[in-house]
Amino acid sequence: MSGPYPMVSVLGILIVALTLAAGLIWLERRLLALWQDRYGPNRVGPFGLLQVVADGVKIFMKEDWIPPFADKPVFILAPAIIMVTVLMSYAVLPVAPGIIISDLNIGLLFILAMSSLGVYSVVLAGWSSNNKYALLGGLRAAAQMISYEVFMGLSLMGVVLMAGSFSLSAIVEAQQKIWFVVPQFLGFVLFLIAGLAEMRRTPFDLPEAESELVAGFHSEYSGMKFGMFFVGEYLGVTLISAMITVLFFGGWLGPVLPPVVWFLLKTFLFIAFFILVRAALPRPRFDQLMSWGWKVMLPLTLINLLITGAVVLSWS
Amino acid sequence: MLSILKGIWNVFLHTFQKRITVQYPDQKPYLAPRYRGRIILSRDPDGGERCVACNLCAVACPVSCIALQATEDEHGRRYPEFFRINFSRCIFCGFCEEACPTYAIQLTPDFEMAEFHRQNLVYEKEDLLINGPGKYPGYNFWNISGVQIGGKDKGRAAHEAAPVDVHSLLP
Repeated sequence: MSGPYPMVSVLGILIVALTLAAGLIWLERRLLALWQDRYGPNRVGPFGLLQVVADGVKIFMKEDWIPPFADKPVFILAPAIIMVTVLMSYAVLPVAPGIIISDLNIGLLFILAMSSLGVYSVVLAGWSSNNKYALLGGLRAAAQMISYEVFMGLSLMGVVLMAGSFSLSAIVEAQQKIWFVVPQFLGFVLFLIAGLAEMRRTPFDLPEAESELVAGFHSEYSGMKFGMFFVGEYLGVTLISAMITVLFFGGWLGPVLPPVVWFLLKTFLFIAFFILVRAALPRPRFDQLMSWGWKVMLPLTLINLLITGAVVLSWS
Repeated sequence: MLSILKGIWNVFLHTFQKRITVQYPDQKPYLAPRYRGRIILSRDPDGGERCVACNLCAVACPVSCIALQATEDEHGRRYPEFFRINFSRCIFCGFCEEACPTYAIQLTPDFEMAEFHRQNLVYEKEDLLINGPGKYPGYNFWNISGVQIGGKDKGRAAHEAAPVDVHSLLP
């Protein structure tokens, strides 16, 4: 499935994903600055691009401190889980025809499963830190993930119904005539919100909530372990943007430009949108978040699924 | 829901707005003439030190960062033997400038005084003295004070009136 040299695809996607995630730190800081009428990092290198390198060097040189009261093995394991699970999801992501590591016939379910596993990272980090703020962050993460995961999966079922497959490249191919964002607009909006919550981005960053919980689940982390959470978050943002592109905006499909460029362009647009949302919206209260998820989003998703099912049935 | 979208749109419109950052080291901010920055000791128009070591600045200083020792030269004119300002303590309140009876101590529009060692923030008299009169170009304390110093009697300087003979006021 992955062409003649599978390792090339694997390494290529790995390197591109990790570079993008690092570059996103710079991009986010610059874009947030732009929308707050500032400049952001513009000193190190051209346009401040080398800021990421400087930060990387700094974070590698830092003392790798594990608090004496922490649960050491779990504390070390937690940041690894988020990296592994997010990177695993990239395995089934169709970047362009031929550029995919493993075209699973249940690719969509695989990604949903991996993002669910990623929550363990946050919960375990909060628990093993043995710190009340970290624990509260972990608890919030657990509750938030459970409530938002439900309709995240359900909001995609409309797409699956229309494409008739769980394979991501089959879903892209099914959008030759029309992008799924048009017939599945409600599903798109719901998935966008659920994706924000799943990646714990502002306005759904309650597990971190630096104004309430110090730094939430990663309060006790420092050095490269903290960096892993950070990179994991940005990998997650990229993944959700790529998912939206694949599921609702026709993936690599597009005129003139080569497929890879179309894919990256669309993904980049959604990354920028996520950053814009972060710049614009405040964090809701935790009970508001929960009641919104269960009382508004879930019924809407079910209605969307029912209508899509009915339409697909009556057509076929 | 609509307000959320409106908020996002309004933030997006900031893309096209001017940035308010002053890029400091490349782009210096405007400092008003009366900005309270680095402290200096000024001189008379004829080049003598204005400071008469009266200690009023040291007394006025709320953080006690000024230290000086008064002495007299051969003409009986007072001046500080040493004058020391610890800028690691100084809060740039300007009380010393207000307290000074001779316009000697003045605050200037300069704040770039960063040092790598704390000890380097202690300025001695040589560091503080400038070669000019600062904000008061024509002012010379010894020409208007009426004080007697060596070589000049009471009220004999250019801008002084002769002392009143109190005995002549008798009826």
